[in-house]
Amino acid sequence: MTSSLPPGLILIAAACLLPLLRGRLRDALVVAAPLLCLLVVWLVPDGSNLSLPFLEYELQPLDSSRAGRLFATVFSVMAFAGGVFALRQSSTTELAAAYAYAGSAIGVTFAGDLISVFIFWELMALGSTAVLWAAGSRASYRASMRYLMVHLFGGVVLMIGIVAHIHATSSIAFQAMQPDSIGTWLMLIGFLINAGAPPLSAWIADAYPEASPGGMVFLSAFTTKTAVYTLLVGFPGAEILVYVGLYMMMYGIIYALLENDMRRILAYSIVNQVGFMVAGIGIGTEMALNGAAGHAFAHIIYKALLLMSAGSVLYMTGKRKCTDLGGLFQSMPITALCGIVGALAISSFPFTSGFVTKSMIGQAAADQHLALVWFIITAASAGVFLHAGIKFPWFVFFQKDSGLRPDDPPWNMRIAMWLFTFLCIAIGVYPQPLYALLPFPVNYQPYTGAHLVAQFQLLLFAGLAFFVMLPQMKRTLTLSLDFDWFYRRFGAILLREFTGKTSDARNDLERRARARLKRLIANLFRHHGPQGALSRSWPTGSMVLWIAILLGAYLIFYYI
Amino acid sequence: MKPQQHWLVRPKTIRLLWAVLIVILALTLVANFFIHQHDYFGIEAGFGFYAWYGFITCVAMVVIAKVLGIFLKRKDSYYDE
Repeated sequence: MTSSLPPGLILIAAACLLPLLRGRLRDALVVAAPLLCLLVVWLVPDGSNLSLPFLEYELQPLDSSRAGRLFATVFSVMAFAGGVFALRQSSTTELAAAYAYAGSAIGVTFAGDLISVFIFWELMALGSTAVLWAAGSRASYRASMRYLMVHLFGGVVLMIGIVAHIHATSSIAFQAMQPDSIGTWLMLIGFLINAGAPPLSAWIADAYPEASPGGMVFLSAFTTKTAVYTLLVGFPGAEILVYVGLYMMMYGIIYALLENDMRRILAYSIVNQVGFMVAGIGIGTEMALNGAAGHAFAHIIYKALLLMSAGSVLYMTGKRKCTDLGGLFQSMPITALCGIVGALAISSFPFTSGFVTKSMIGQAAADQHLALVWFIITAASAGVFLHAGIKFPWFVFFQKDSGLRPDDPPWNMRIAMWLFTFLCIAIGVYPQPLYALLPFPVNYQPYTGAHLVAQFQLLLFAGLAFFVMLPQMKRTLTLSLDFDWFYRRFGAILLREFTGKTSDARNDLERRARARLKRLIANLFRHHGPQGALSRSWPTGSMVLWIAILLGAYLIFYYI
Repeated sequence: MKPQQHWLVRPKTIRLLWAVLIVILALTLVANFFIHQHDYFGIEAGFGFYAWYGFITCVAMVVIAKVLGIFLKRKDSYYDE
C-alpha cells in the first residue's frame, strides 16, 4: 500500500481534514501528519513506483531518488516543527494552507516527470498564497496578490517550457538537461523565478514578511528550496547558474544591510543563501552538488529557527522594525539563545550545521580552480555573518534598551525552537548522518585545522568589521527600492497615465457622439415634432380655401 | 532611582568583551603559524589571509550598501499611499 502512495498526499489529505476537527484531535493531526509523511517517505523504494496514464503519457508521480528523499525528509521535518510552532497561534485555515503547501513541495520531490512537477508546482503557489491570506491584514492581502502574480507568471513560463520540451523531444521525463533549446531555457527561467533569482528576487522580501509569525516559518522553507531541488535534478552544471548564484549572494547581503524590518532582513538572507546553492549547482561537480543539497537541508532548519525566533518577538511584542526593538535578551532569553544559534548556523560557524555543508560548495570552487567564484563565495560567507549572523541578533536582542520586557513565547513555540536549535548543533557536530543522505558519496572532511582556523579568522574579523562599522549602520525608517518598484510604482503610474488618457479620449468620443445624437434628435423634432412642418395637423378650412383658390385659378385660366 | 542595568550591558562588561574579542582575534592569527592553509590561488596561504580578506570585504560591503542606499532608500511608507 505504502509503495503506491505519494507521501505528499498525506499532508494534503491532512490539510483537507483539519478544518473538520477541533481541539485535541486537530492538534494530534497537526503533529502526526508530518511524522507519518516522513515515515512513508522512507518506505518508498527507489525508482518509479506508480504509473498513471494521462493523455498519451505515463505520469510517474512516485519516483524516489536520493536527492528527492533528502529534500522530502527535510520538508517533512520542517512541516512538523512548523506545525508545532504554529499549533496554537495560527488559525486552522493557515495550518491547512501550510500543510497543503508542504505536501505539494514533497510532491515535487517525488515527481519523475515534468507534468507531475508542474502540477505540484502550481499547487504550491496556491497553498503559499493561502498562507499569506490567512494573515488577514490588508497589507498581507495586497502582498499575496503581487506574490501570486509573480508565481503564476513563473508557472506559465515553466508550462510553456515543458510543452516546448515535450514537443521537441517527445519525452516527459524529469532528468538532467542543459539549457540549449527554447524549452529548456524557459523551464530554467521558471525554476529560477521560484528560487528568487534576479531580476524578480524582490517577491521574497515583499511577500514573506507580511505573513503571520508562524506563516513565514513555513513560507521560508518550501518554495525556494523546491526550486533548488528542481535545478539540482534538472540543470546540474549549467554554467549560467554560477553567475546567477553569485549575484544572489551579493544582492541578499546588500539589501539585508539596508533593511530595517527584522523579518525582511531574514528574507533577503534567504536569497543570499539560495545563491550559494544555485552557484553550487552551476559548478556541477559531485562535491558541489552535495554541498548544494546538504546546504539546502541545513538552511531550511536554521532559517526556520531564525524566523521562529523573529516570529516569537513579533508575536510577543507586535513590533517588527529594528528601530523599535532592542534589549530583548533580558526578558526573552530562550528566544535570544535560539536566535543566536540559528544566526551562527547561517554564518557557517564551526560546530553548527552551516559549517559542514556550505564549505563543500567553496571547496568545489577551489577544486575547479574557479578563482573569481571562490573569492566571491568567501567574501559572501563573511558577509553572511555581517548581514544576518550578527545584525539580526544584535539589533533585535541587544543594541539599545527599547524598554520592552516581553516574556518568552508559549510552550509549543519554545519546543519547536529547541528542536531546531538541537538539530543545528547536532548536524554541525556530527555531520555523518546528513552526509550519508547526500546524492553522491561524500569524500570531504570539514573539521581540519586549516579549515577551522580559516573560518574563525574569516568570521571573527567580519564580526570586528561589524562593530567597527556600527555607526555607519544606524537603522533608519526606510525601505529599499527593488525590482518590485516596476510593478508597484512604475506600473501603477503607467496605468494611471493610461487610464487618464484613455478616459479622456473616451469622454471626448462620448461627448461628440452625444452632441451628434442631440443634433439628430433636434432635427427630427423640428421636422416631425408637434410643430414640425412635416407632421403638424392641417385645419380643414385651409384645405377648403386652397381648393377654392385652385378652382378659382382654373376658372380664370379657362376663361382666358 | 534608575533600576540596576543588566550586567551584560554595563560599560565595564562591554570593555571586557572588547578585550576578550581582541585576544581571540589575536589567537586566530597566532594559529596561522601552526597551520598551513591550502594554496589554490596563490594568496590564501599568506599570513592571516582570511582575517584581512574577511575584514576588508565586509567593510567594502557596508560601504557599497551605504552608497547604494543613497539611491535606493525611501521612507518606509513609500508604497502605502
